[in-house]
Amino acid sequence: MSAPDLLVIEDLAVSVDGKDILHGINLVVKAGETNVVFGPNGSGKTTLMMTIMGFPRYQVERGKITFKGVDVTHMPVDERARLGIGMSFQRPPVVKGVKTGDMVKACLKARNMTGDLADLAEKTHMTEFLNRDINSGFSGGEIKRSELLQLLAQTPELVLLDEPESGVDLENIALIGELINELLQKGCPIHQRCRSGLIISHTGHILDYVNASTGYVLFNGRIISCGASPRDILDNIKNKGYQECATCPIK
Amino acid sequence: MSHKINPEFQEKAKKAKDKKASLGKDIDLSSYQSEGSGSPLQIAPGDIAAEDKHRMLSAGVMLDDLSQRSGTFIQKDNTPIHHTASQEGIEVMATSEALKKYEWLEEYLWKAVQVDADKYTAHVELNNADGYFIRALPGKKSVFPVQACLYLAKSKLIQDVHNIIIAEEGSELHIITGCAVAKGREPGLHLGVSEFYIKKGAKVTFSMIHSWSPEVEVRPRTGAILEEDAQFMSNYVIMRPVHSLQSYPSARCVGKNATARFNSILVATPGSHIDTGSKVILEGEGSKTEVISRAITTGGTIVARGYIEGAKPDVKGHLECSGLILGDNGGIIHAIPELKGSIAGVDLSHEAAVGKIAEEEVEYLMARGLTREEATAAIVRGFLNVDIVGLPAELNAELKKAIEESEGELF
Ligand SMILES: Nc1ncnc2c1ncn2[C@@H]1O[C@H](COP(=O)(O)OP(=O)(O)OP(=O)(O)O)[C@@H](O)[C@H]1O
Ligand SMILES: [Mg+2]
Repeated sequence: MSAPDLLVIEDLAVSVDGKDILHGINLVVKAGETNVVFGPNGSGKTTLMMTIMGFPRYQVERGKITFKGVDVTHMPVDERARLGIGMSFQRPPVVKGVKTGDMVKACLKARNMTGDLADLAEKTHMTEFLNRDINSGFSGGEIKRSELLQLLAQTPELVLLDEPESGVDLENIALIGELINELLQKGCPIHQRCRSGLIISHTGHILDYVNASTGYVLFNGRIISCGASPRDILDNIKNKGYQECATCPIK
Repeated sequence: MSHKINPEFQEKAKKAKDKKASLGKDIDLSSYQSEGSGSPLQIAPGDIAAEDKHRMLSAGVMLDDLSQRSGTFIQKDNTPIHHTASQEGIEVMATSEALKKYEWLEEYLWKAVQVDADKYTAHVELNNADGYFIRALPGKKSVFPVQACLYLAKSKLIQDVHNIIIAEEGSELHIITGCAVAKGREPGLHLGVSEFYIKKGAKVTFSMIHSWSPEVEVRPRTGAILEEDAQFMSNYVIMRPVHSLQSYPSARCVGKNATARFNSILVATPGSHIDTGSKVILEGEGSKTEVISRAITTGGTIVARGYIEGAKPDVKGHLECSGLILGDNGGIIHAIPELKGSIAGVDLSHEAAVGKIAEEEVEYLMARGLTREEATAAIVRGFLNVDIVGLPAELNAELKKAIEESEGELF
């Protein structure tokens, strides 16, 4: 018996500031599964995530996004967050005067979560950052940990991770992997897991830690390959380049 | 309560009694009542009406528990009604009493503020204003802050105040001043002169919270003179409505390596007109200043000024003014940062930004599940959450609490 669909994207076309970026995306994430999105710079990966999250700048021209059976295509970003979509940003803004600790508390409150701030901070090695303005002067790796700290507080059912490993050193990547696994309930037996992930990765390093079932390749705003195991896709990309992935079998 | 009258000051004041201030709307003094200061009273805080106490608390003055204060002073309208000093080496009394007690105090009158600056300073002199005298003896450090409250109760009255603050060599003084009015929409005019003398190696922190009402006009006149290695830190908060406020406190860093720091948090609600800033003259070699203001309008007007003048080599000054316009109620923020260097080797800079809340920041918070209103409020709070360097932690917490309380009423 296959798991139910958590996220279904059908024929999604998106424009940003009048420029068409995504052209008819179809993608399904099943409950309890994690998928990976590959693709060259500028192919539209971040655009896809921002659209799923619901940022108004990303204009849906066509198609439909369904999450937990609810049509969220035109739902405001904050409602989607409370419904259970969470995102780790590639380049989050600095918000002066807003402390990281207060952000975590707000995350907990918005989703009625009971997590403990101090525990979460310790787990993400962020204790010393709680009193700092969010993202202000954070290094690349610190931003990733801060994003995961906030996500752990939110405990979303669908976790969108935009390049969680980029700029992270070899020791920290193990920590990042562990944290992502916690977000995705790796501790639970597979059939009991209900949280899902969609991860953007260039290097695939994160695959050493996170069990992903399906991979997609995004090229010029279109999915040109999917279905194969993320590792096979990565090998194909390494050997033949992104474009050639179009000739890879689509499951 | 009259102290000895100095004919020279009286003469100058008389000449300036119709002299309009260079900034701010001109106020017709004759449309208000003047009254002389009564003899200082000694009313126990417990005997002050609960309603008045509540208003004073809105300006950070707590009267129910004085254990966390090194001294307390209260002036109601033109009469000092209470003063206590509870720490050895820290003096708190009415200016009139101090002038009687110390003949030398005469020398400090109208040195940091000009008596004939404008008709408001002149009025304070001609009306023989009382106020507070706070002094730390050499080497003495106030454990807790001294609090002072200037309370305007009578309608249509001019409240005249003349404060003198002296931090003797190597001393440390922390002062909280709250200015408040009795409830209602009564008109009134507050004229407050404050003169600070900060001696060699002394440190003064001065945190002032204004809690006026929509019909009150306010014209404070503040000057500070800093000797060698002296430090002055002024924190000014105005978040509640006022009809108009115009002030331009100035600090002269006369001594070597003196440091002046001004933080202001300004909120103009619809109908409020606030014109304020800080002026620092760096006359002592190696003297430094930082002038920071955060201005928010929800419909009122704010003119946020700043002026730093460097007149000696190796001085350093930085001005920072950020303004946020909330909503669409015709609010205006006009930032006017000015720098003047008159010698090589000065290092002066300024930053000013006026705008609305960045949509990207609002959306980032919304992506964490906060509603648009919650996200906006959090960003506004953050904007006002200036880290105040050098203020004792307890005092910092008190100030933040006062700010948060006013925020609760606003946003
Ligand atoms: N406001 C905009 N106006 C025009 N083009 C835009 C705008 N925003 C994004 N784009 C373009 O959309 C395309 C997709 O951008 P996106 O950030 O989704 O790429 P990406 O796949 O995440 O790339 P990377 O791997 O570099 O992060 C890029 O070519 C980008 O320049
Ligand atoms: Mg990207």
